[in-house]
Amino acid sequence: MTAHDPEAMRRPNAPMTTYRYDEYDAAFVSERVAEFREQVRRRLSGALTEEEFRPFRLMNGLYLQLHAYMLRVAIPYGTLTARQMRRLADIADKWDKGYGHFTTRQNLQYNWPKLVDTPDILESLAEVEMHAIQTSGNCIRNVTADHFAGVAPDEIEDPRPTAEFLRQWSSLHSEFSFLPRKFKIAVTGAAHDRAAILVHDIGLRIVKNDTGEIGYQVVVGGGLGRSPFIGKVVGDFVPREDLLAFLEAILRVYNRFGRRDNKYKARVKILVHEKGIDEIRAAVEAEFAAMDRSAFAHDSVEFERIAAFFAPPPYDSLPATSASLRAAKLESPAFANFADVNVGAHKIPGYAIVTVSLKPIGGVPGDATSDQMRVLADASERFGFGELRVSHEQNIILPHVKQDDLFALWRMLDAAGLATANAGLVSDIISCPGLDYCSLATARSIPIAQAISKRFSDMSRQRRIGKLGVKISGCINACGHHHVGAIGILGLEKKGQESYQITLGGDPTFSASIGEILGPGVTAEQVPDVVEHLVDYYLAEREEGEAFIDTWRRIGHARFKDVLRREGEDGADI
Amino acid sequence: MPVFKHPQILIASNLTDGEVLFLGASGWERDHRRARVARSADEAAALEASGKRDISANRVVDVYLADVEIGGDGAPTPMHYRERMRVKGPSVRLDLGKQATGGAL
Amino acid sequence: MALISEGRFIEDAWRRLADEEALPKTGKFIVSLPRLEHAVEVLGPTATFGVIVPNTTEPSALIAALPRLDLISIAFPAFADGRGFSLARLLRRAEFKGELRASGRLVADQYPHAIGCGFDTIEIPDDLADRQDEEQWRGALNAYSMSYQRGYAGRGSILEARRKAVRS
Repeated sequence: MTAHDPEAMRRPNAPMTTYRYDEYDAAFVSERVAEFREQVRRRLSGALTEEEFRPFRLMNGLYLQLHAYMLRVAIPYGTLTARQMRRLADIADKWDKGYGHFTTRQNLQYNWPKLVDTPDILESLAEVEMHAIQTSGNCIRNVTADHFAGVAPDEIEDPRPTAEFLRQWSSLHSEFSFLPRKFKIAVTGAAHDRAAILVHDIGLRIVKNDTGEIGYQVVVGGGLGRSPFIGKVVGDFVPREDLLAFLEAILRVYNRFGRRDNKYKARVKILVHEKGIDEIRAAVEAEFAAMDRSAFAHDSVEFERIAAFFAPPPYDSLPATSASLRAAKLESPAFANFADVNVGAHKIPGYAIVTVSLKPIGGVPGDATSDQMRVLADASERFGFGELRVSHEQNIILPHVKQDDLFALWRMLDAAGLATANAGLVSDIISCPGLDYCSLATARSIPIAQAISKRFSDMSRQRRIGKLGVKISGCINACGHHHVGAIGILGLEKKGQESYQITLGGDPTFSASIGEILGPGVTAEQVPDVVEHLVDYYLAEREEGEAFIDTWRRIGHARFKDVLRREGEDGADI
Repeated sequence: MPVFKHPQILIASNLTDGEVLFLGASGWERDHRRARVARSADEAAALEASGKRDISANRVVDVYLADVEIGGDGAPTPMHYRERMRVKGPSVRLDLGKQATGGAL
Repeated sequence: MALISEGRFIEDAWRRLADEEALPKTGKFIVSLPRLEHAVEVLGPTATFGVIVPNTTEPSALIAALPRLDLISIAFPAFADGRGFSLARLLRRAEFKGELRASGRLVADQYPHAIGCGFDTIEIPDDLADRQDEEQWRGALNAYSMSYQRGYAGRGSILEARRKAVRS
């Protein structure tokens, strides 16, 4: 059988806009399912102890959590077809409890699968070209990318072909499947970083050199968790044909020299911090020079094969602005609000990028019911070539919506409870599952998000506040990315009670920064008050056009600390 | 041996479906109210040994003792908020977990 | 200890030499790393010997001895410690042509990783061999028809297969 011809796969109403498996990809996931089925059998028989089974269970995305197992399904570079979204809904209904949770790494989590059902779930996923491969374990994880890939006006190159290229390269890697710790890679290809590459183990920034050649700025050693670090440049310009070899060099240095004596010191960020970036860069360059790179000689051809799948869909030729959109906004203030907040500019005239918020006021951030998933799938087919994205902010993106269609889309979403107009606003909170689900958690995070969301439920107030990233983690592992929240909240335990530490000034973009601690921990009840005081202070002090993070940077952390201290002195409940 | 301060129950996760289990008088229970309560260090050690045998039998994983308070009705309530969560289910979805199926407080 | 080769348990033709034991005149024996330099010095060209090394060994420590060695055994202190896989790769890169052996509590599911990185054989403790029979080791070896990586041993390369398909 010959390799697929991308052109042959195009259909007018459901064109191919993302990677499709060929026979080798299909065989691979199929074999993976069979392997896991056998591993489960050997676990149940005792041929494998739990300690032996655990890494292989994790490399198929299956965790043991507080109440049940949890299965983390990979959504490579956050891109899904309508068919795949429908399958996720069906799996939720058949083997789980009718819902799923979209994560900060663009994946989907099911909270109630059974071990014995998981091979069947993986088989169902494989039927639609999906899997849960390496979404956990001490291996290379899901390669994430800009959720506006392919459609953002500020894009230099779509990062997803690179992400797919890396996904294949990293799958079941003979050498790098038993690393000191997990390894996360993110790719961005735009002027603004929406993939948080500077807080990943490896961050790739697609750049063009003076001659217009595409290459990668490679950053290493970023990460959140117990010891947050911003990544450092290890390769200024790595040409495309050298990318995999260069990454192999980095992984080999990490595999050999990353610490294995202490689980909390085992990430590559610690290696970079302890040895210094200069020594790491030298080691990587030496390894790169010593490698036999002839094995990579034909990478460009394979890259082009992959890139062809991501060709733009057949957009219509439209005027830059839509008269019907303007009219609809005048007629419906609620729709106007949505159009202003959740709709972003598209690089193709007449089109728009829509953010579907999974943060309804008072809801569980990032959760979607199976019915909502089906509505999203339908919406993507009616209004966007059948393609969806999952952002690391736990929202769904419809990347190819005509401006003319925005009103009809909004009505469809509104009917399904998916039209909350809060993208990027204070109630668009990123929150990990926390102690409500996660066995690693030290405190609950979701109820905190819900309380803050309800405190700021007034939409006009939210709009007045503007862009504000609130991020909540239920433990020091920082899956809620609290370190890079403009307002970050970390749930800990203090004297047998849940206690919340607040940080300010975090930023996940190219101007990355780690948040600074505000003061001693506060109780769950106090958190919405504290956030409100901080926001009110910002509103009082901000200058024209300043978002919360900008004002904080300008006037300094100490002034915000003073706010809370003064509140405390006045006897307020801080 | 650590000082025995509070009555204890034994908690584990069911291998096949991940559900939280409690060692009862004659086997594992899904309802914590049917958990056997250890009231001395010796009883706790025996409880733990008994439970750990089921790890080798590939029945359960993650076996551990948890401190409890005994309520007026005799039911053991875990003292730490994490184990109280495990006994009930997610606090943000009261329709899910043991709290929904009557296996909780 | 049990020895896996090509998906089967085989008799081990090699003997691990205790440090106090004198270097034998005949037979295939494995010395510990601290004895290697001396062994290379005193043993004749017909001697068949190998060395067992920690997984943190720098390849440069073995380069001089490589042409004389018939076997290198890399210790895996824990199966989840993957440093031995990189060390094996580097030794193959340095043109070591003898038997590469992984020694430790590896599980059958790691067989493809070991082969991919250039190992020939795997040595495991008996209690592990009792639980993980030949069928599991063979099963693991055959679980995947092809591999996505380039330049690794074992399974065929998916990339190569794609290239051939395009050319044909």
